[in-house]
This record gives sequence, C-alpha cells and structure tokens, in this order.
Amino acid sequence: MTATLWRYTPLLLIFVIWEAGTQTGIISKWALPTFSAVVAAWLSLMQGGELLYHAAASLMRGFAGLGLAIIVGTTLGVLMAWVKPVRLIFNPIVQLFYPMPKSALIPIMILWLGLGHASKIVLIFLGCMLPVTISAFNGARGVEPVLIWSARSLGATRGQVLREIILPAAMPEILAGIRTALALSFVLLVSSELVIAREGLGYLIGWLGDGGVYASMFAVVLTVAGLGFVADRLYLMLMKRSLAWRE
Amino acid sequence: MARVAARVSDWFGAALWGVIQSGSIIVVLIGWELLARSGLFTAFLLPTLSSVLARVVEDAVSGLLFLDLSVTLYRAVLGFAIAAAAGVALGILIARIPSIHWLFDPIVSIGFPMPKVAFLPVFMLWFGVYDLSKVSMIVFNAIFPVIAATVAGTQGVDKHMIWSARSLGAKERDILREIILPAALPQILTGLQVALPTALIVAIVTEIIMGGDGLGASMIRASRYADSPGVFAGIVEIAAAGWLVIKSVEAIRRRLLVWHQETQAVSTV
Repeated sequence: MTATLWRYTPLLLIFVIWEAGTQTGIISKWALPTFSAVVAAWLSLMQGGELLYHAAASLMRGFAGLGLAIIVGTTLGVLMAWVKPVRLIFNPIVQLFYPMPKSALIPIMILWLGLGHASKIVLIFLGCMLPVTISAFNGARGVEPVLIWSARSLGATRGQVLREIILPAAMPEILAGIRTALALSFVLLVSSELVIAREGLGYLIGWLGDGGVYASMFAVVLTVAGLGFVADRLYLMLMKRSLAWRE
Repeated sequence: MARVAARVSDWFGAALWGVIQSGSIIVVLIGWELLARSGLFTAFLLPTLSSVLARVVEDAVSGLLFLDLSVTLYRAVLGFAIAAAAGVALGILIARIPSIHWLFDPIVSIGFPMPKVAFLPVFMLWFGVYDLSKVSMIVFNAIFPVIAATVAGTQGVDKHMIWSARSLGAKERDILREIILPAALPQILTGLQVALPTALIVAIVTEIIMGGDGLGASMIRASRYADSPGVFAGIVEIAAAGWLVIKSVEAIRRRLLVWHQETQAVSTV
C-alpha cells in the first residue's frame, strides 16, 4: 500500500504544483485554471449529465468501430496466412494502406457519411483493422508447421486445426495487435470528434474551448486521458489472464 | 548473347511477378474508375481516379504539392527529432538513476497509453495555432514510445558486460557509449519506428484542426469547398508521404543494424 503510494507520489506532486502555481498567480489563470476549479467543473458536468451523455456517444462509437475491426481484421489476417489466393489478393492492398496516416480519412468519411455516428465508426473500423490484420497474419504464419502436420496426420479437420492450433498459437500476437488498435481507436475518435461532430467527448472539448470555459475543458480533457489509460490497463489485465495458460 | 537473353528473361520474370503481386491493386484502381464513371455515385461522392490523379499532377506542376509536403514533413520530422533526442536521453536517465526513475516512471506509464490528441485544444490555448503548438503536440505524442523503448532496452543490457568494463577501468561515459547504447540500439530503433509514423499522423491531425498549410490543411480546405477531387488527391498525397516515411525508416534501420542478427529476420511492423 505504502509502496504504491510512494510510487505514485510524483503524480500527486504535479497536481500540488498545479494548484499552488495557479493559486499564487505564478501561472496565469488564463493559461491554466486552478486544479480545484477543474475538479469543481468536472463534478458539475457529471451532475448535469453532459459528461455522461457525450462519453456514452464516444464510447459507443469506439466500441462499435473497434469491435468490427477486431472481427474483420482477425478473420482476414488468419485467412491470408491460411489460404494462398486470399493472401495474393489482399496482401498488396494491406501493404499499400498500412503506412497511410489514418487521420487522412477523416475528411472523406465526413464527405461520405456526414457528421453523425456512422462516419466515426467507419473511420475507427478502417483505421484499426489494419494493425489487427497484420498481427493476426504474422501470428498465424508463425505457427510451427510440425504442430499442424501432426494434427492433420492424426485426423484433425482443417476447422479443428484452425480452432485448436492456429488461433491459440497466434493469440499473443493478435492480442498485441488489438492493444495497438485500442490506442489508435481513441486517437481517431477524439481527433474526428474535434474536427466535426454534434456529440461526443472530442466535440465537448472543442465546444468548451471555443466558448472559453477552460476549467470545464480541462476537466473533459483529463477525463478522456483517464478513459484511455483505464481502457489500456483493463485490456492488459484481460490479456494477461487469457494468456495465463502459456506460462 | 545467351547471357543477355537470360538477363532479359530474368528481368521479364521479375516484372511479371511484380504485376501479378500488385494485380489486386490494379483491379481496385480500375474498379474505382469504372464505378465512378458508371453514374452510380455523383462526382461529388466519388470522383474518377483519372480526375484525382490529374489533380495530383496539377498540384505537383504548380509546386503546391511540394510546398505542402515539405511543410508537413518539416513539422513531423522536427517534432520527431526533438522527441527522439529528448526521449533517448530521458530514457537512459530513467533506467540508470533511481531518483529520476521514481519521478518519471508513473508519469510515463500513465502518459504512454493516454490519448494525447485530447490535449490539442490545450496546446492551442498555450502555444497558439502556428508551428510552435503543432510541433510541441508532435513531440508530446512521439516522445512516449521512445522513452519506453529506451528504458526497456537500457534495463535489458547484460549486467556482466557493464561490470567487466568497469572492472577494466572504463569510465561511465565510455560504458554508455561503448556498451549501453549499442546493446540497447535495436530496441531504441523499434521505439523510433513507432514514433515517426505517430509524428506524421499527429502532424496531419494538427493541420486538419488548426489549418496553416501542409497536406492536412489543404485537404480539409478542399473538403470545406466541397472540392472532392481535392480531398481524394489529398489522401493519395498523404498516403504517399506515409509510405515514403515508413520505407526510409526501414532502410535506415537495416543500415544501422547490419551487425545485428535481427536484420535477417522479417520485420513485423
């Protein structure tokens, strides 16, 4: 307990310096509202329900886009490793689009799908699919051929080989790819909502910032940062648990 | 004569293989052109590939493309360079000095997975909308993978090598230059390989949101004027920039690590 507290003392220090610096006026209140004002703004945003409303919209978009990306990406990656024609068709396309900065798709998505949910969900889906596809492809290709041959010679069907050997063996790489995609989904979500949206946390940040309500804006920025951090930690816990059998 | 024929047939074989390999890309491009011409979509939703390519050529001839490209790359590479230098230095300090480790470890472990683009309006408030805020935003995003990789790489150095060198009379600076940096280099480069595309992504996002020239700014301007060939040309140009950046990093990595066995392995990113 004390060890954890000691470990996170530097973070507490940041907040203490923040509060002291702004209260004494060393840091201008226009540049940085006091920490206590930010906390008060956060509480009132919570009570008013705005924060929950916009967070629900953002999280729904994030989960929908990322979920689709995981399903389609894993399937495509495993098929590319497993079926040669699929690899020949999709590998050049994946290689071509992988290096593209995904944020470049934001204007096209607005053009095609408007300002609502659909443009953000499709953006996150397209952006997150490629890291998942590539990790599933690499993971499934790295499986020991001996394992597959043995299973086949013992009479396993292709479906069984896929379920019992390839997926478990490729799992660490697939899960690592999904972690990259999770981080990317937050980046795409927030940036597309900052550019243009009618609801969502990114929209709320932009709207509060334009209105000069900086204490509330900082409260939402810190909320988004905290959500991203918590999502990553929860995912790491799940990942460790589902890979525990490998130890 | 026979040798020339063999070389020609080798070359022909390689070219044929290239066409087969990129076959699906060609099919997608032809499909785009046909779909756009079929009238199923308006030219606003899906301009023809030929009109988009014509726009790219037009941008290139007028010099606008190179202006935007150089502005975007300047921001991305400057931010990346600052993040690389500061990140490696900070990473080594964190790995080697306990008090610095205590101070920065929780900050890095929270900062790394956090979606840092959310701080963009804060950076606009503090640093304005010009290069200062764009480049600092890029540094803020790109520095974390560098720090994390440097810390992991430095901590992973075999302690026996450091002890042996020290017992043979090596100074701290020699140990750093001769042992720690070379041994940690593969991991540091992996961190840099994550950081450079990140820098480019963030450069584009800051340009889309704040404007002020560059590929992202031109693209969002085209989108505001409902100029869809301009938007699609922007995508093509940005994709080309991304490809250029990733391929050059891979080449540099192979160059720097010729001595390392890892170079023979297939890169996974």
